[in-house]
Amino acid sequence: MRLIFADTALTSETLFALLAALLMALSLVSVFTTRHLIRRLLALNILSSAVFLLMVLTARTTDGIDPVPHALVLTGIVVSVSTTAVVLALYLRRYRMKPPC
Amino acid sequence: MRELLGAGFILLGIPFFIASTVGLLRFPDVYTRLHALTKVDNVGLGLICLGLAVQASSIAVALKIVLIWGLILLASSTGATLIASSALRHGPPPLRSDSDDSHAGR
Amino acid sequence: MLVVDLLLALAALATAGQCLLLPGLFRAVANLMAFGLVMALIWVRLEAPDVALAEAAIGAGITGALLLTALGQLPASQRDIQPARDGLPRRIIPITILVLLITGMLWAAILGLPKPGLVEEVATLLPESGAEHAVTALLLNLRGIDTLLEITVMLCAVATIWSLQQAIPPPTLSHYYPGLPTLARWLHPLFLLMFSYFLWQGTHAPGGAFPAGALLGAGGVLLLLTGSIAWMYQRAYNLLLRWLLAAGLLLFLITALAGLLMTGTLYGLPPRLAGYFIIAIEVATALSITLMLMTFYLFGRPGAQQ
Repeated sequence: MRLIFADTALTSETLFALLAALLMALSLVSVFTTRHLIRRLLALNILSSAVFLLMVLTARTTDGIDPVPHALVLTGIVVSVSTTAVVLALYLRRYRMKPPC
Repeated sequence: MRELLGAGFILLGIPFFIASTVGLLRFPDVYTRLHALTKVDNVGLGLICLGLAVQASSIAVALKIVLIWGLILLASSTGATLIASSALRHGPPPLRSDSDDSHAGR
Repeated sequence: MLVVDLLLALAALATAGQCLLLPGLFRAVANLMAFGLVMALIWVRLEAPDVALAEAAIGAGITGALLLTALGQLPASQRDIQPARDGLPRRIIPITILVLLITGMLWAAILGLPKPGLVEEVATLLPESGAEHAVTALLLNLRGIDTLLEITVMLCAVATIWSLQQAIPPPTLSHYYPGLPTLARWLHPLFLLMFSYFLWQGTHAPGGAFPAGALLGAGGVLLLLTGSIAWMYQRAYNLLLRWLLAAGLLLFLITALAGLLMTGTLYGLPPRLAGYFIIAIEVATALSITLMLMTFYLFGRPGAQQ
């Protein structure tokens, strides 16, 4: 532990790393404890944002910005909105008034 | 000189934002809150955009900042109209001045 | 600038906490949209402008529109989150300990990460890739296989949604909300302009297919709200819609085949042609992403029968 925290100063990176860790913990607990499906979906969205934040933080190296995590996060954002749409469509399938096709 | 002018405009814009936030927190119903948010915010935003445009490095950047202000004006005024008409259709009616209004005038 | 970062982090934490912990579904969704906006600002602070553009259009725009529309179609019994049972206060201590544990371990892990990075490797390959902006080069050439799989995932999502139910055209709101069509009409040329600008800019600066597609998708959802895109629901246009949805994936596969025929390896295009293929794939991918985001919003298969 001592080795890790020895050279830790409060910079933007440590701050956002703390934010990502907190968001991840909060949304993980939410995913497992809430019972309403839509609330779980919201928790999943926040969880994915926290993961993206971690990935972008690893992109900041000493020799410049590494573009690989940026590209991965861009695809990840689009995949997470696809997940949201599929879950919502499944959920609505149960409750829509009109009979399904 | 331009720096100073820009900073002056931005400082002038901040009280409008504070006033609109106070209005959002203190006003009694949807309609008055909307009134506080949209009207006052737009003036504050306009002043801040003006301050930034004065400080901008070129005419193109300044024009872009003014364009942003115009777009936000368009979007926020339409959004306020939509929220207000939706509230009129589905939500509570506006408070009248003669009805029992515990927050009015404070 | 540390103060700005601190304020942004606090805002993100506050919106996420309100989204997850307070009762009320509508409030939770509104807070998620605010969270997306704050995240977009955080991406700007972390020097990731491509991600910021996509997050502002998708995280704050399309996800919120999807969730709000879904909420509107739910019956009243499902609309609110039931208050937690009596069991929660007993569990709150272990949950708090768990949160602190996860946070501490993750934070320590992040701070201790080695940071090798691939900056050098990407920089040496950049001249051969056909694009000058590193993120676009990665997405469409160097790691094009990721984008191919991502487009496939989106197409699978569209197929899943279409197989579930029919799309019901939303009621026309223009009569009750006269401001909405006017706003859409005023903004749509700007959406198209920004779309083309991002596409054109993508090869040498932040922009490219993903932010452009996300932006036009958000604009398209606005048009769907006003009922201006009637063709999407009509049976006659269904085949065209399917081809357009698959255009990005198809062009990727055609590129793979062309590479196989020309040089003998999959995707092995000669570098002098790479630029043209990148532009073609970029336009097709952006159009496909736009249409897929719009079809997500229908929550079903359009044009089944009248």
